[in-house]
Amino acid sequence: MNFRAITGNRLRDGAVVFYNNDAGWVERLNDASLYEDKATAETILAAAKAQAEKERLAVDVYAFEVQVEDGSRVPVTMRDRIRSLGPSVRTDLGKQAAA
Amino acid sequence: MNAPAFRADSGIPGSGIFGSEPDSNAGIYRYDDLDRRFVAERVEQFSNQVARRLSGELTEEEFKPLRLMNGLYLQLHAYMLRIAVPYGVLTTTQFRKLSEIGRKYDKGYGHFTTRQNLQFNWIRLEDTPAILGELAEVDMHALQTSGNCVRNVTTDQFVGASADEIVDGRVYAEILRQWTIAHPEFTYLPRKFKIAIMGSDSDRAAIRTHDVGVIAKRNEAGEIGFTFYVGGGLGRSPFVGKLVREWVPEQDFAAYLEAILRVYNQYGRRDNIYKARIKILVHQLGIDKFKAEVEAEFDRLPRPKFTLAHEIVEGIRARFAMPPLETLPADSTTFESHKAGNAEFARWATVNLAAHKTPGYAIVSVSLKPAGGIPGDITSEQMDTLTDLADRYSFGEIRVTHAQNLVLAHVRKDDLFDLWRQLDAIGLATANIGLIGDIIACPGLDYCALANARSIPLAQAISARFADPARQQAIGELGIKISGCINACGHHHVGHIGILGVDKRGEERYQITIGGDATLTTAIGDIIGPAVTEEEAVDAIDTMVEVYLANRTDGERFIDTIRRIGHGPFKEKIYAAD
Repeated sequence: MNFRAITGNRLRDGAVVFYNNDAGWVERLNDASLYEDKATAETILAAAKAQAEKERLAVDVYAFEVQVEDGSRVPVTMRDRIRSLGPSVRTDLGKQAAA
Repeated sequence: MNAPAFRADSGIPGSGIFGSEPDSNAGIYRYDDLDRRFVAERVEQFSNQVARRLSGELTEEEFKPLRLMNGLYLQLHAYMLRIAVPYGVLTTTQFRKLSEIGRKYDKGYGHFTTRQNLQFNWIRLEDTPAILGELAEVDMHALQTSGNCVRNVTTDQFVGASADEIVDGRVYAEILRQWTIAHPEFTYLPRKFKIAIMGSDSDRAAIRTHDVGVIAKRNEAGEIGFTFYVGGGLGRSPFVGKLVREWVPEQDFAAYLEAILRVYNQYGRRDNIYKARIKILVHQLGIDKFKAEVEAEFDRLPRPKFTLAHEIVEGIRARFAMPPLETLPADSTTFESHKAGNAEFARWATVNLAAHKTPGYAIVSVSLKPAGGIPGDITSEQMDTLTDLADRYSFGEIRVTHAQNLVLAHVRKDDLFDLWRQLDAIGLATANIGLIGDIIACPGLDYCALANARSIPLAQAISARFADPARQQAIGELGIKISGCINACGHHHVGHIGILGVDKRGEERYQITIGGDATLTTAIGDIIGPAVTEEEAVDAIDTMVEVYLANRTDGERFIDTIRRIGHGPFKEKIYAAD
């Protein structure tokens, strides 16, 4: 089953961030809130986007699909996998480096 | 900026930093106070814009076009800053500054692009005012690297040095930089506008793949003039530039370009981003109608306002004076004996050197394409050492090539062996310029927000497969170019073998083209079959090389064999198992 998560880039430094209903914008996909249905994700996305612009927290905010495999969260598209980890050709950089 | 169109006061170095530096003889235009004031004002403006964005005075929608006008993109992992390297020429003072910025504000490396620029991939928005301030200290900026303006003008990386040069393209590229950087008519063009200029019969700047490609030449009387090609371009709709005028005298150089840009500005489409480039306008109007419009506009331009005065040209030319080269014999016994005694050095010398116009000197191409490496990437540590080497061996000057390599343009043949050993020590002595390992690749989906597929891992796999330098040399000239999306930053359309990354229902696939050519015999490659996986693409290239080696005649290059035997044998072999 695919879930949805919300992501964007932090305004001040461009870092990839994910949305958590309680904590706001967090740096790890594992800490993001997941949404089972599209409608819920779209509603929260709209609110998160508005809040991000108002409080100047994140830009380019969008929802994306995530699979949960053996407890691990894996974005469905290669683009979102690379965003959540870092460049596949430089595994010493990005979020994957600190994993 | 309230300034005359062109400036060329003689003498030069501006106040301060350059006069006694090791790079004081580098062939680069030295900024005067007006240039510096202009760049400083732009830094101040952008600093204020960043502050207003961070404080909420500007929305993202309002801020985005402003940051793009200062070379700042938002990519997958962070902001990316694209720094202009006008016509690809840098002093070592500037190169050292780029290294420092990489270390201080990024992650210790940078990436050279097919526009002869440098990109940093991990930039923080809040740091950009400071970065631009540091760049301004060494007469650098990020202007004309983004947005719908005339982009950084590119030229031959061997300019001012090559034995086959007829006219020094730097002079005219600099004139274009001055003419376009603050030109009010050309700040909001329908779309971006790329110009390349060459000054020899060999095309090392991919002239006919540009919006405007210029070939500088001399007539029988020795006068300088220009051939103009218009409407070339790659991307979604590739076109080969069409000849618009065979000879434009030097005095009309700027006027003729002004006329082309005015016609584009007037008729170019602004309603559809995919049809906004000048290539579409030329295609839709037809070259004859387009030419007629340009000629009419050219005739209307008032003279002498648009006349490029000879003394202005000569003043700018004086700023690119040759470094104080020694009078040396054409042949170097030191160089020859080292070649005889060291096969690796001999191979590097055969592959990576080009003929210099001055006896006893050579042009050195420094490959940024180690086997299995990331094309165009260089670490700050490598940059530091290369800077020292350029100071010691090449008058404090480093050039960037559109093939994502670097050049030391004026090296004594006597010094080549010492230079090679030191390049080798920092991993920059790969002997593959123009060979199969010298792959052009865009950043692709590893970094770029527009990409559909990764480019770099495929480039790494191909260069690793063909890592053996002897095999590469035996194969000879063969250019592979890889783009991660149809925008074609990796120039795949004009690769002898071109590869386009596509997204097929969520999977990365690679579409292979064959027969492209980026030189004056420009050709767009043909797709040879269905897209394949990364692994299959590497195997397909191996197969194409086998077909070529089995069919080539003596001295025949890969592209020549393709032209002689057609694509059929290649296609049949690759897809034989299907």
